Amino acid sequence: MSEAAAVATTPPLVAPAQPRPVVLLLRRSWQQARTKVGVTLVLLLVGIAVVGPFFAPHSPSAFVGAPYAHPSSHAWLGTDNLGRDVFSRFLWGGRSVLGLAIAATALGLALGVTIGLFAAYASATADDFLMRAMDVILAFPSLVLALVAVATVGPQLWLLVLVVGITTAPRVSRVTRGSSVEIVERDFVRAAEAIGEPRRKILLGEILPNVASPLLVEASLRLTYSVGLIAALSFLGFGLQPPAADWGLMINENRQGLTVQPWGVVAPVLAIALLTIGTSLIGDGVARASSGIERGSDEE
Amino acid sequence: MRFLWHGITGFVIRRLLLGLLTLLLVSIVVFAATQTLPGDPARAILGRSATPDSLRALRAQLNLNHSAIVQYGDWLKGLLTGNLGTSLAARQPVSAVIGKRVENSAFLMFLAAIVSIPLAIVIGAVTARRRDSKFDHGMSVGLLGLAALPEFVVAILLVVLLGTTVFQVFPAVSLIPPQDYPWQHMNELVLPVLTLVIAVTPYISRIMRASMVEVLESDYVEMARLKGMSERKVLWRHSVPNGIAPTIQVIALNLAYLAGGIVVVEFVFGYPGIGAAFVDAVANRDIPVVQALAILIAAVYVLLNVAADVVTILVSPRLRTSLK
Repeated sequence: MSEAAAVATTPPLVAPAQPRPVVLLLRRSWQQARTKVGVTLVLLLVGIAVVGPFFAPHSPSAFVGAPYAHPSSHAWLGTDNLGRDVFSRFLWGGRSVLGLAIAATALGLALGVTIGLFAAYASATADDFLMRAMDVILAFPSLVLALVAVATVGPQLWLLVLVVGITTAPRVSRVTRGSSVEIVERDFVRAAEAIGEPRRKILLGEILPNVASPLLVEASLRLTYSVGLIAALSFLGFGLQPPAADWGLMINENRQGLTVQPWGVVAPVLAIALLTIGTSLIGDGVARASSGIERGSDEE
Repeated sequence: MRFLWHGITGFVIRRLLLGLLTLLLVSIVVFAATQTLPGDPARAILGRSATPDSLRALRAQLNLNHSAIVQYGDWLKGLLTGNLGTSLAARQPVSAVIGKRVENSAFLMFLAAIVSIPLAIVIGAVTARRRDSKFDHGMSVGLLGLAALPEFVVAILLVVLLGTTVFQVFPAVSLIPPQDYPWQHMNELVLPVLTLVIAVTPYISRIMRASMVEVLESDYVEMARLKGMSERKVLWRHSVPNGIAPTIQVIALNLAYLAGGIVVVEFVFGYPGIGAAFVDAVANRDIPVVQALAILIAAVYVLLNVAADVVTILVSPRLRTSLK
């Protein structure tokens, strides 16, 4: 997914002596077995979330039998606490988790990259101020900050995206700032300044492409974390509200019937588990490839 | 007084002050987030059907009739003097609502720490010793997978595996009678502690492994081997103590992480600690309890972070001398 996006935004090269660093990184990452496993897992789960609803045998809100009925030919994974089809709700329930997590990660990346680039390029005072502000956000466990916001505003989906995005931003901004600080001092940035390029253009055109590799590693880490956080919030009852079909909510709703009919809990738990394992395997593959490139070696 | 700003003492003092400053900022964030957001918190808490009288009473109780700065000042004064306000749901002082729960949570964190730290050190040492073996690769992928799992997923999987569906070895809920202490019910604590151990062990053992790989390649380890010392003694007597130093910071950071991790874990197992209380308070919009617990958890988090920095300086000779 991220691979396709990165390739699509690569401008045509006139005479490529060496492929662009990001392309090289993605190619090296793909050579690792764990990246392939990760991509497979993520594609599988994304596939279920995106096209699953079209294959759902029942409506996710229809009552198809007695509560906590065992799996049968009618309801493949049995029924849930209210007698709805677990399999259909499972197929419907991935969209919200994935959609919210991706939105929150995208927001966190946008905020973090903006703050990090600005801090690296700003005066020492502004740099200090921004990084101290990031430290304050990092002084909370992310879930606690999210819960404080939910306590005040109530369980709103935009709030979840906003607050998970905000807790994602500091780590992204640290990575961005850390890898851009040395690039700011390089000759090509000085040259761009000398010919009077506007600051925005220097940041986005000269500096950002050079920090893309560490950002890619950070992005997959943050996505893993956002999926966990969003799913945890809906599991606690502060995400989508009933009667929505959502993996986190499903786990909470069917917990009481675990001894009678485990599938209402097991299916969404496994889905979230495999999704987070997948994104983190991808992240680890990219990280290994990236440290390999830095060392200048061809081995894994 | 000037000497205080130099050397290790100076570093510790500066780091502590910075921690206090962070806590002050944290208190402003918590206060701003819970009490000064647009809209009327009293109405948000009581709902649309609230009578004007009850709204007025709640506003007075939440101190909403003063300016935000006065409200914050009063609240901070209360925090520092131990007066945490009155719980809206329990109609009791917040300190009475959370008092015993703080002990329970501390005990849970303590158990998780004394199990996970030695376990992670052993895993790190053994995987470093057998670097690039099948065992090492297997552990690396396995720990990576475990580290990726959100705590509530680990908790539920453990309940399914050991509490209800596959085996029924341990209780799936940690119901501890209010008059009892948690250590009187160790069996009920197995699954919550195991969840927390799984949450933090992978990170610590990864860092321990990296640190041990370096130690095992050092000259003094080579020397010990050349002297004919047994491999076991080289590893556990001479290498592990040196490998632990760089790991201490990560250990402290992971203990800090436990302070947040208990929220979900206590909720899953119904353990009577501050995490479960926090979730309840959020669901009931019991703002005074939310504020107190958010500050408490953040304070533990900040203090452990400070401790991590201080201990790291104290145990690494190179950093220590650079401060002089």
